[in-house]
Amino acid sequence: MRLDARRIGLGVAAPVLAIAVALLLTTVILLIAGDPVLAVWQVLFRAPLPRQIVAIINEATVLYLSAVAVAIGFKMNLFNIGVDGQYRVASFAAAVFAGAHWLPGWLNIIVAIIVAMCTGALWALIAGLLKVTRGVSEVIGTIMLNYIATYLVAYLLRLAAVKVEGSNATSTQILAEDSRVPGISLEWLIGTPKEIYGLAVLAIVVGIVYWFVLSKTRFGFDLRATGASETAAVASGVNVKKMIVASMVLSGAAAGLVGMPLLFGQDYAYGDTVQAGLGFAGMSVALLGRNHPVGMAFAAVLWGYLNQLSNGLQISAGVSDRLVLIIQGIIVLSVVIAYEVVRRARLRLEQGRVAKELAAQPRQDAAEEVAA
Amino acid sequence: MSSVVESTPSPADADAPLAVELSGITKRFPGVVANSDIQLKVRKGTIHAIVGENGAGKSTLMKILYGVQAPDEGTIAINGEPITLRSPTDAIRAGIGMVFQHFMLADNLTVLENVVLGAEKLHGIGDAARAEIRRLSTEYGLAVEPDDVVADLGVGDRQRIEILKVLYRGAKILILDEPTAVLVPQEVTELFGHLRELKSEGLTVIFISHKLDEVLAVADDITVIRRGTTVAEVEPGTVTARQLAELMVGSELPSAQTEESTVTDTVMLELSGVELAGSGRALVLDGINLTIHAGEILGIAGVEGNGQAELVEVIMGMRRPTAGRVLLEGSDITEASVREIREAGVGYIPEDRHRHGLLLEAPLWENAILGHQTQPPNTNGMLIAAAAAKANTQRIVDAFDVRTPSILVTAGSLSGGNQQKLIIGREMSQSPRVLVAAHPTRGVDVGAQAAIWDLIKAARREGMAVLLISADLEELVGLSDTIKVILRGRIVAEFDPDNVTREQLGAAMTGADGTADEQMEAGR
Repeated sequence: MRLDARRIGLGVAAPVLAIAVALLLTTVILLIAGDPVLAVWQVLFRAPLPRQIVAIINEATVLYLSAVAVAIGFKMNLFNIGVDGQYRVASFAAAVFAGAHWLPGWLNIIVAIIVAMCTGALWALIAGLLKVTRGVSEVIGTIMLNYIATYLVAYLLRLAAVKVEGSNATSTQILAEDSRVPGISLEWLIGTPKEIYGLAVLAIVVGIVYWFVLSKTRFGFDLRATGASETAAVASGVNVKKMIVASMVLSGAAAGLVGMPLLFGQDYAYGDTVQAGLGFAGMSVALLGRNHPVGMAFAAVLWGYLNQLSNGLQISAGVSDRLVLIIQGIIVLSVVIAYEVVRRARLRLEQGRVAKELAAQPRQDAAEEVAA
Repeated sequence: MSSVVESTPSPADADAPLAVELSGITKRFPGVVANSDIQLKVRKGTIHAIVGENGAGKSTLMKILYGVQAPDEGTIAINGEPITLRSPTDAIRAGIGMVFQHFMLADNLTVLENVVLGAEKLHGIGDAARAEIRRLSTEYGLAVEPDDVVADLGVGDRQRIEILKVLYRGAKILILDEPTAVLVPQEVTELFGHLRELKSEGLTVIFISHKLDEVLAVADDITVIRRGTTVAEVEPGTVTARQLAELMVGSELPSAQTEESTVTDTVMLELSGVELAGSGRALVLDGINLTIHAGEILGIAGVEGNGQAELVEVIMGMRRPTAGRVLLEGSDITEASVREIREAGVGYIPEDRHRHGLLLEAPLWENAILGHQTQPPNTNGMLIAAAAAKANTQRIVDAFDVRTPSILVTAGSLSGGNQQKLIIGREMSQSPRVLVAAHPTRGVDVGAQAAIWDLIKAARREGMAVLLISADLEELVGLSDTIKVILRGRIVAEFDPDNVTREQLGAAMTGADGTADEQMEAGR
């Protein structure tokens, strides 16, 4: 791959611009609200503590998986708003399966992860099929399925719940020790007993697979072509309906992985305290990271960082930690605008450059002819 | 009723101020000049038709007049006053209204609601507006009932609502973009009645079309556009549909000379009894039979919109015919997918390269893969063979003289002619047995046109069977071994390009002479 300085410059310009705009607008909001601007930025820009670093990486792991799931759809202009529902259904299915301990140790974990992927894929498939057979917008379909997922899982959880002595929480059977994925310790590096989810490795693998499939395979080419121009893709022989179903299924399978680091590395069961809304955060991360495997990783870390450091806002600056949601919202809004501006600028620049280089060429041709 | 008010200015009335005057209008887009040096004079109180084939630049011109796009050069004057139109709002203020080909109505709202939407300030949204709509409807004989729900109304009614919408906003100059495209013949007659009514009330109508008989029936003046510029201004009484067709397609280009015949006996592509149902009323393709042999170029002539696009879509597998069969070298491909058909050796140069031929924001080398994702050297099993594909692209760029600084630039940054050469190079590189070429030289400059003609001739020499669809008669006569004429979805005539006159072709294309059926008999 040839590295083009101008290309990378333009690529990085947009997110940096967006983040700068977000900080500026947030400052304005703080000023209007009469909050201590300086104190807020001091809290948010403080270097994270070792335990916070671990928490940021763990949060980023989960967000990254969610972002990849969303990005698979985005790449072909498909808006899978349903990652949220998909990962909850999938996590529940995996927790029930793994909790039954039919299989020993690692095998139990691997098969449970496959169960999660299949469940997520099936849940997304419903929306995909509705779209290609009945013309139901995937946006509407997946949003509705999110609601259904919420209540379906709540209902099934009641049936599958195991009563734990001395606790009101309902949850599935707690995983046995040998069905848990051990964490990765960073004590030797930053000196904290907190551990990174073992399944952070899974996020890296998923990122590599995502990159490989999209940019190196025929399937990825067809998928990107469909996203770039559906009409041209059809004329080139792509079966768009098949691609819609396939990408929904893949997106759902990736969504199924979102809850796995939590299930096997932290909660060891699926209960009513499980974290919700990861699917929507994933959309923000995918937008900010521009569906790029590395870009999304940076975006996920930034999101995790903001979330973790916002915990100190209430105590240190007397400002609600919800402020971070405003910052994140503005980042996403400005990033969408900035990318469009940069995209147009890039096209214009290139058209100009090509025209200029070609204008210089005929003279060269003529010179060659004379020489010949 | 219009006979009572025959006070419209006659051609002798030369001193009347012009409703619209465009002079020297030029508009460039990256890679193409959409309009160049357009001259247009529209007299007040007349119906002025602008004719030209698709892609000739009519829509760009109308967008300029409606303020959607600003011209790069030239001036616009409305009622003698020079004016700069920055947006449709400016155009509406200047009294220009546009009725688009595709209606912009909300089905679930009433006529009243649709009309006042966006113009609430004029007469409110209640009884005053209702009264104004009734007044306009009566004055111009539009028979529009303000409280009808749009969903219950037919196409003709909807078009009248669109007309009323622009009248309501105070338009004195109405632009109608291909208004008859969506109408059945009776509705067309009705529409023309309404247009004459508008004219008799002193309004000016600009009417865009490529249906020549209709233009001749309703227009007072006709301006012909070809390749982005105005080439003639004629009065309907003085020309025939054939002459108009000739003006539209033109003949100023380097001629495409036929070489000695290379036609063989081997049938490559055969269509028998192909039918395609349209959205309701009539068949879009009706009993199409055609055969193309190896080394033969079969030209399809016809006025745009007579089924050419659908014919291509059926052959390429993008649409399933409702009856009939398509055979490629004897094997049935009627039910095959686009990919299977392409893999079987059918190359495709689409009519609209931006929509169907290219990924404008992807680099050239990815565009060179498009359409041949499953074929070597582009792929290696399930993987994209990037290095081989890039080498192949470089070869295409060199061999087909695609002018580009690099194969890494986006397709959108090339000029139209170079984009087209890339597409042709890509299709030829897979050595197809059949090449479907739809308007291969549309929107490219004269130099690229000659190069593309040479490429198609070379393909014929190599024994390819070529289906050439074009609106350019020069191109058809120059390249084809046989010319068939398509009209309203049917093949109505067949000609030998060596012994055909432009008049004969024009007559068959427009059905103007009514002898189309006899010629078909003779053609057999």
